[in-house]
Amino acid sequence: MTDNHDHESEHPGVQPDSELSRRARRAIAMRELLVQKGVVAAEEVREQIERTRARTPAHGSRVVARAWVDPDFKARLLADARAAVYELGYTLTHDAELAVVENTDEVHHVIVCTLCSCYPTSLLGPPPDWYKSFAYRKRAVVEPRAVMREFGLDLGDHVQVRVIDSAADLRYLVLPRRPVGSDGMSEGELAALVTRDSMIGVTSALEPSQTRVAASGTR
Amino acid sequence: MGVTLSAAPGLFEPGDTVVIRSDSVPHHHRTPWFIKGKTGVVRAVSGPFHNPESRAHGGTGAPKRLLYQVEFRQTDVWGGVRAENRADVLLVDVYEQWLEREDSQ
Repeated sequence: MTDNHDHESEHPGVQPDSELSRRARRAIAMRELLVQKGVVAAEEVREQIERTRARTPAHGSRVVARAWVDPDFKARLLADARAAVYELGYTLTHDAELAVVENTDEVHHVIVCTLCSCYPTSLLGPPPDWYKSFAYRKRAVVEPRAVMREFGLDLGDHVQVRVIDSAADLRYLVLPRRPVGSDGMSEGELAALVTRDSMIGVTSALEPSQTRVAASGTR
Repeated sequence: MGVTLSAAPGLFEPGDTVVIRSDSVPHHHRTPWFIKGKTGVVRAVSGPFHNPESRAHGGTGAPKRLLYQVEFRQTDVWGGVRAENRADVLLVDVYEQWLEREDSQ
């Protein structure tokens, strides 16, 4: 057995499987079983991962910026979100529906899924880890104002906070308030103000002074 | 609110006061524990959706059930002491089978 390689020492960059969490190992085992039994092809799994990763919050930002500049589009978006985002070329995944809720000077919506991590992935990409955390899911419904303060948003008492618990196959996207001082900005510049977190509702959209576009004065 | 996805007639309509059933059921369901037994107001009828209580157990989710957006006052859910602001509300998506009329209690 003189040619018996010690794999771990010869390939230090390769992590042994024991580094994977139990859940990760279970997911791999399930995927391998589904492929072995012919339920899905390995290529289908790869393609789906690629599709999922290709979705980013930039899609949602584009939807919001359009709503800010086009009142008719905004009205359609609030009335029938699926049809409105389709106008911009976005289709929703699975059979989940989409609703858009508008934040104003008086009303602030913030979204949580207390049961799991329901989220409009078609427009925002995969949800951030904090959105899936037990801490956020517990606290967002009990003390939303404290949670938002930790994200840097301190809402006055004159603003009503409306927490939406997305407990079903209906995904919610927040249409943030258009920031003060954004008059005259192009749709593309406005989209740069719309962060993922502002479309979940834990923050506001960025002020023009907070982006590089405005700082450099490019129009 | 722009969440009216269907005009299909249901047992409840926006403005109705409802109580969430407090049953303990053995199967998977999507009604959060903290609204069970609580009183709220229907804000929107969001349309028919596959029934998750069937789908979670190998079923097809048929027949679809109507989904409602129900608004609760934070003070009613958590009590006046814990609520951060008395005007704040919680909006939860609840399937029709979990709703009861206030007077049927």
